[in-house]
Amino acid sequence: MTTILEMRNITKRFGPVVANDDVSFSVKKGEVHALLGENGAGKSTLMNILFGLYEQTSGEILYKGKTVNIRSPRDAIHLGIGMVHQHFMLIPAHSAIENVVLGYEGNSAVLDLKSAAKRFTEMAERYHMNIDPWELVGNLSVGQQQRLEILKALYRDVETLILDEPTAVLTPQEVDGLFEVIRQLVAEGKTVVFISHKLPEIRAICDRCTILRRGKVAAAGLPISDIKDLNELARLMVGREVELVTEKTPSEPGEVVLNVENLNYTNDKGIHVLKDVNFDVRAGEIVGICGVDGNGQSELIKCLTGLLHATSGKIELMGNDITACTPKQVLKQGIGHIPEDRHAMGMVGQMNLRENISMVDSRDEPYSSHGFMHWRWIDDHSRNLIDKFSVKTPSIMEKAINLSGGNQQKLVVGRELSRKANLLIAVHPSRGLDIGATKYIQSQIVEARDRGVAVLMVSTELDEILEIPDRVLVIYSGRILACLDQCDCTRSGLGLLMAGIEDGEEDRPA
Amino acid sequence: MEGLGIKQRLQETLKSIYFPFVAIVVSLLIGSVVILATSTTSPLTAYGHMLKGAFGNLAAFDATLIKAIPLIFTALSFSLARRSGIINLGAEGQFMMGALAATAVGVATPNLPAIIHLPATLLAGFLGGALVGLLTGVLKVRFGASELIITIMLNYIAKELISFFVNGPLMDSASSSYPQSAPMEPSARLYKFIPGMNVHTGLIIALVFIFLYYFFLWKTTAGFDMRVVGFNPSAGEYAGMNIGRSTIFALFLAGGLAGLGGCIEIIAVQGRLMMTSFIVPYGFTGIAVALLGNLNPLGVLFSGILFGGLSAGALRMEVMTRNVSSSVAVVIQALIILFIAGRQMFAIKKRYRSRSSSGTSAGKTVTDEAKDDDAPLAPATAEEGV
Amino acid sequence: MNEVVSFFSTTLRLATPTLLAALGIVFSERAGVVNIGTEGMMLVGALSGVIGSYVTGNVWLGTLIAIVVTVLFAAIFGFFTVVVKADQTVIGTGMNLLASGLTITVNRALFGASTSPPEIDKFVIAPIPGLSKIPVIGPIFFNHHILVYLAFLLVPIAHFVMFRTNVGLKVRSVGENPKACDTVGIRVGMTRFLSILYSGILAGIAGSFVSMGMLSFFTEGMIAGGGFIALAAVVFGNYTPRGVMFSSLVFGASNALMYRLQALATNVPSQFPLMIPYVITIVSLCIVSRRSNKPLGSGKPYIKE
Repeated sequence: MTTILEMRNITKRFGPVVANDDVSFSVKKGEVHALLGENGAGKSTLMNILFGLYEQTSGEILYKGKTVNIRSPRDAIHLGIGMVHQHFMLIPAHSAIENVVLGYEGNSAVLDLKSAAKRFTEMAERYHMNIDPWELVGNLSVGQQQRLEILKALYRDVETLILDEPTAVLTPQEVDGLFEVIRQLVAEGKTVVFISHKLPEIRAICDRCTILRRGKVAAAGLPISDIKDLNELARLMVGREVELVTEKTPSEPGEVVLNVENLNYTNDKGIHVLKDVNFDVRAGEIVGICGVDGNGQSELIKCLTGLLHATSGKIELMGNDITACTPKQVLKQGIGHIPEDRHAMGMVGQMNLRENISMVDSRDEPYSSHGFMHWRWIDDHSRNLIDKFSVKTPSIMEKAINLSGGNQQKLVVGRELSRKANLLIAVHPSRGLDIGATKYIQSQIVEARDRGVAVLMVSTELDEILEIPDRVLVIYSGRILACLDQCDCTRSGLGLLMAGIEDGEEDRPA
Repeated sequence: MEGLGIKQRLQETLKSIYFPFVAIVVSLLIGSVVILATSTTSPLTAYGHMLKGAFGNLAAFDATLIKAIPLIFTALSFSLARRSGIINLGAEGQFMMGALAATAVGVATPNLPAIIHLPATLLAGFLGGALVGLLTGVLKVRFGASELIITIMLNYIAKELISFFVNGPLMDSASSSYPQSAPMEPSARLYKFIPGMNVHTGLIIALVFIFLYYFFLWKTTAGFDMRVVGFNPSAGEYAGMNIGRSTIFALFLAGGLAGLGGCIEIIAVQGRLMMTSFIVPYGFTGIAVALLGNLNPLGVLFSGILFGGLSAGALRMEVMTRNVSSSVAVVIQALIILFIAGRQMFAIKKRYRSRSSSGTSAGKTVTDEAKDDDAPLAPATAEEGV
Repeated sequence: MNEVVSFFSTTLRLATPTLLAALGIVFSERAGVVNIGTEGMMLVGALSGVIGSYVTGNVWLGTLIAIVVTVLFAAIFGFFTVVVKADQTVIGTGMNLLASGLTITVNRALFGASTSPPEIDKFVIAPIPGLSKIPVIGPIFFNHHILVYLAFLLVPIAHFVMFRTNVGLKVRSVGENPKACDTVGIRVGMTRFLSILYSGILAGIAGSFVSMGMLSFFTEGMIAGGGFIALAAVVFGNYTPRGVMFSSLVFGASNALMYRLQALATNVPSQFPLMIPYVITIVSLCIVSRRSNKPLGSGKPYIKE
């Protein structure tokens, strides 16, 4: 097999952030090549460079042996490279066939959708993907939309197809169907790059894999057949054992603070996101929820905090049923919430620190009374808070957006910890932070636990999950797969569970 | 503790006036091209007359202040809504409805003591505009209808209503050939209060409302919630705020501010309601005033006076030069809107700030930099409000 | 009978400027641009048409000049919204104010503020031979200015272009999901810019019709909300050329009704029929907002990562 694609020494910076650091990546014609890595490892960035959506800071791309300059998706499509994005690039208001021919260079000025539909249907039948070309995309299921995306690329006669986390949104049956299609594509001599972090799938469908870790290549072109042990792969993906350890005494769990019973949530697209979730969190313990992003964690937290309402089941806080409460009522019941995305939710970048600190409790004393803000008290409180949580800032009047990421997160954590909460929900508390800030925030969470706060922590970082929680719940595709005491957790064990492998068995036949 | 040194404060101040300054200068430059193209007068002469007519002496400044008062109200209206994440293009109609309601109260009840009549008239003016705002807010939140179209449509409905009332129920019986209301009762009017100047007590009311605007948004919980929702509706929702209610309340107040402006224009300047009372597009010009003032109370005050001066000065310019149209002032006002709204094109520094070290946050662009001001970036959508 | 014929004939004539402008806006709206500035574009078209006709002595050359000038004016809107990526609504408002100021300034400079308007070549009624002689139908449909025929002929053409051609698909797509368009190699900014220029062409023609078809001179602020009505017609017509034709006719009819009421000197105040279009727009907006064809990306500048 000849090498069809080579990316040499690709570096991509977003400002000071290095998303890809000297990454080289080579794919042979006719193979399924897995690009593997944790969230934020730089997989999508690399592929977006290949597809012309980003421009690399340095490095070169060779396609079919020639150096190519890919400045836009148009260039990539010309070369024969197609991409199916994780978030589908479809227009729900248009018909399937309109989506397929959109931007297609062979279009005549007046569209001949009928013959396009004919060609499309023939192609769809060849790959056993039946989609009505005249149906509105908005009426298609997620699986059908993905098939449409693949057909859209094939319609442009691509030879290399990039699939960005294609199974993330599919049911097991749909995944099987997708694999059939991939096998057929390869049989026809096409090349597939398969981005994923799910190990069983990679073993089922891929020939070789390249592993990225924190923007760098951890393993290049590893033949899957050589891998005897999935633990090995998991270790390559998640990295070495930790060096720094947050000090922590054994927990002394008290009464049950949060109790979740048979919680189910179905979203407005009809997808069953949470399936019979049961767990509790006691005072003085940290329960960690680990899992790959998009397995229902966000929805679970939103149900707990009143931002979403569960379809069925019950949530009790300190014995009170809060299942149907509004966010305001939930907050009043004593929940501190470090949200998953501080920019989108946790803070208001354009407002200053004291305003961000008052945000959640603004309507309560001592922040305000009779409708008037007590800025004098808030100022004192804010100074104490930034002091206590070592938020580095010239003043409490500084806008939050001017702080570094670590200091922003300290601000949010400090605010939530200083609220008198029985339950602290911390979602990705250390995401995107440097090691110092991470350790600091983790130690604060442990301290809160020691004061008797019940802590529910969601994280995708294995290092964090192995260190901080006293108990670990593994969530996979909306289900709690396992509940482990911390001492029973091992890196590879968790890695396998997060990838959906229960008791060494794969959860679905691939 | 605060650590804001004099130098830093100075830098902050300079930073905050950089974009308005550039916008004004560029607009005046383009305006001078318009003057060159349409007249035989040199732009410098024309601008000289304009400056004299606006701020040249006490009488000029007097006229400027009178013209600034309605603009300050409509600018406060736009600013309050904008800070809550809403674009209020309806100040025009709210202004008219305030004027209409005030007229109804102001002419309908003679022989009332001013101590009752005047406040009642002002309240009617406020409510006249506020109810239009309330309607907009309810339609936006309840039905998810875009406030842009609704406010514009309401502007025209308001105009027709005025026309109906001055031709019908409110028509002055003494002068039945003119479409105008009876003169306002003396007890419902505002008067001049500084000897030797024509400026009326509406100025004091305007100053009070500038202060109230500041006090409400920065000192009360309702105003605080509004600002949070305006900047980041998701954060507001996360913090337990009711976004729909905040949106409706903001539009109610914004409408009220514009309505009060209309009310004062009638009871202090025009004296009676006429179709010609609304020839100057106070509502739309208020947008320019608000943007130039960066939605800040003092900013609105200064830019209101500046725009008042532009209007007053333009009249003198027209009279003195005889061939430069006063409408050049409108051109300059419009250009200021364009260059303030598009101020990112003047951003000089490409200063980089890392928001976080995560791989997902891309570098800040010039655009981000220019948006780094006090105005909310994204209006709250109604979907998030219900 | 004559009353009825005249009412419908007037309806068509009064619907024409709205329809012309709305057929432009419907494309820019579909491309994701909220074109509040149409009012100003029509105003510019109205004046430049009159100037053109005055200078060349030919109403068609005048219209051509109106188109050129209005497109240039639309390009300013495009520059600020597409290139600078400023807030479309605010820029649109600024454009309206700019048009208002500029047209007054230029009009006064050329024709003086108070003198009587100059004689210009204007659009004349062009009855269609034969057809215009048909009783009832003839005077209603076939006895109009050429621009009236043109506006209504443009409806099926616009429909065809929007839903059957490659360009139409691109326009509809960049408004719905600019990022998706980017990934299939469509230049989002260029598509939006061109659709703004196109709406400028039609706004220019619409403005010319107001100043040289319905009247024969320019007056300050003569569009008087016609651009906003056209925008409302697009929303009410649910962003399709056919719907736009329907809503333009409704708006035209309510204007015609107002004239009839004034002429008949009835007790019904003429202001209320005039409000009908605005009320209808608000009501329909509330009903259709949740399931309208309004593009998902409407009003948002597309900023590439």
